[in-house]
Amino acid sequence: MVKYLVALLGWVDERFPVSKVWNEHLAKYYAPKNFNFWYFFGSLAMLVLVLQLLTGLWLTMHYKPDATLAFDSVEYIMRDVNWGWLIRYLHSTGASAFFIVVYMHMFRGMMYGSYKKPREVIWLLGMAMFLALMGEAFMGYLLPWGQMSYWGAQVIISLFGAIPWVGEALAQWIRGDYLISDATLNRFFAFHVMLIPLILVVLVYVHIVALHHVGSNNPDGIEIKKHKNADGVPVDGIPFHPYYTVKDLVGVAVFALVFAWVVFYAPEMNGLFLEYANFIPANPIATPEHIAPVWYFTPFYSILRAVPNKLGGVIAMFSAIILLFLLPWLDRCRTRSIRYRSPFYKIGLGIFTVSFLGLGYLGTQPVTPAATLLAQLFSLVYFVFFLAMPVYSRWDQGQPVPERLTPNIPILERPGLPWCVLRWLVDKIQAHPQYQKLMPVVTARAEDVYNKLPPFIKVQVERFCK
Amino acid sequence: MSDESVDTSKRQFLTTTASMVGAVGAGFMAVPFVSSMQPSARAQAAGAPVEVDIGKLEPGQMIRVKWRGRPVWILRRTEETLKDLVTLDSQLRDPQSKESTQPKSAQNPARAIKPEYFVTLGLCTHLGCVPTFRPEVAPEDLGKDWKGGFFCPCHGSRFDLAGRVYKGVPAPTNLEIPPYRYLSDARIVIGDDEADA
Repeated sequence: MVKYLVALLGWVDERFPVSKVWNEHLAKYYAPKNFNFWYFFGSLAMLVLVLQLLTGLWLTMHYKPDATLAFDSVEYIMRDVNWGWLIRYLHSTGASAFFIVVYMHMFRGMMYGSYKKPREVIWLLGMAMFLALMGEAFMGYLLPWGQMSYWGAQVIISLFGAIPWVGEALAQWIRGDYLISDATLNRFFAFHVMLIPLILVVLVYVHIVALHHVGSNNPDGIEIKKHKNADGVPVDGIPFHPYYTVKDLVGVAVFALVFAWVVFYAPEMNGLFLEYANFIPANPIATPEHIAPVWYFTPFYSILRAVPNKLGGVIAMFSAIILLFLLPWLDRCRTRSIRYRSPFYKIGLGIFTVSFLGLGYLGTQPVTPAATLLAQLFSLVYFVFFLAMPVYSRWDQGQPVPERLTPNIPILERPGLPWCVLRWLVDKIQAHPQYQKLMPVVTARAEDVYNKLPPFIKVQVERFCK
Repeated sequence: MSDESVDTSKRQFLTTTASMVGAVGAGFMAVPFVSSMQPSARAQAAGAPVEVDIGKLEPGQMIRVKWRGRPVWILRRTEETLKDLVTLDSQLRDPQSKESTQPKSAQNPARAIKPEYFVTLGLCTHLGCVPTFRPEVAPEDLGKDWKGGFFCPCHGSRFDLAGRVYKGVPAPTNLEIPPYRYLSDARIVIGDDEADA
């Protein structure tokens, strides 16, 4: 049997480079050996993309992109189609999960300087994907044809109307009508299920080709290709397969656990993932009392609202995204990883993160004078962080960077303030009488369960523990 | 034969001209694709004028009708309202409606052909939400200077009862007034003005 399979592989290899592709991207792609928690999110983003493509395809089997039928067809999927509720909740929760994973992935890049030379193109492709993903999510949100779908789209398309001279004509061209209507719904459906997914898949492919050409960055931000053994293999690298494929599976398992919990117990996430106003059919005559985009757009929406001028707000919002594209050229510091950069930058990134989250929170809230002031402050921090970067990062040349990857230190043994606080917390918990009372019970119960396991599993566990 | 003897200028010329002609062709090819996304003939036909009976409207009452799928409001204003309008000028961004959209016949202080009947498009000029009708004077949430008007729940824009925008709110211009004309004292037609008639 094996003989025939090997022969078949040989036959294919002569005609298509299967083994070559396998080796280049998996079995002989050497990744740094010190990837941490933050490196799960790239593969998770791909997993969610596949989930969205699959559930999306199944939803199109029952959904009707017609202004008179759309809302009811979604309810039909939820109530009458076998497992329709599950497929729809997987898709709607998947959208939010996609953004969580992508924001974490981008933050990883910002922490470890993954956008810096020679990885600028990877960053640009990633940002292009982020933009495509925002378009995909925005158009997808119109499809259920609820009140929030309708008025959210009305507000966002009206943004284009703020462009001088051509704005109104452009907004009308996007809508295909004088108002958001069946024509708009139909074309958004076409873009959502056909054009943008295709663009996303191509961009993912190119993103990975670029990544595997220059090699992965790592938490230390140093080039592992500088130290190679006699075979030309980086000494600090390990083959992606099986090491990282297996490691990523752990990430997948944890992700799936959390994801399933949300899908089954909180698919609306208290109005954050599916907004309440969207359970009312679209009505072009009345706007809901409080309209806000879904959470993943709110940081940028907050920036829009913070500027008390129509065109100014639109410009501020789009430049907030454009600045992210320019990151590789704004940052003049040669040190990649935050581990070896000055405390100044660490604090700066911290304040930026707080501002971004703050903008996100404010965007979900109604406008009040105090909230507007706070949003203006956060927006200022956002822009200063990027615009002043060429200046402050130039004199931040950081600390000396090690030649080789540093070993991962267990969390409780790390130096530095945050870990010190964590250690103090753990000590407090362990000293607590409730913990001391409970722990022996838990350990005894665990041993009980272990003793009842079938012998063949115990043998494996004991082998593994040695 | 050496490389230097090859004259590449003709190839260069052909490549350039061929690319240019190809680009022009691609441009023409794009026309149907871009144009098919414009409002269709049916959508344009749906923009036909609407006739409204305003004879039964009481002072202070407002009715909402649909024109081109968008909300149009017709408000019969009271004597006091019309008097109050004049006092608001200093608080407004464009009291004379110079930068706002309205038919010539409605570009006057009351923004109407007949001051008593105010006809307007019920869409905020900021990002297109539907403002709420708040005719009451000095309600708690809008402050004691409020003489009645329209308030947009989306981003807090304020308009008076002539659809004129207040200063310091995100909406840039007054509410848009659609073309309309009177067929008789009690009937108007929206989407069609004197000039077209």
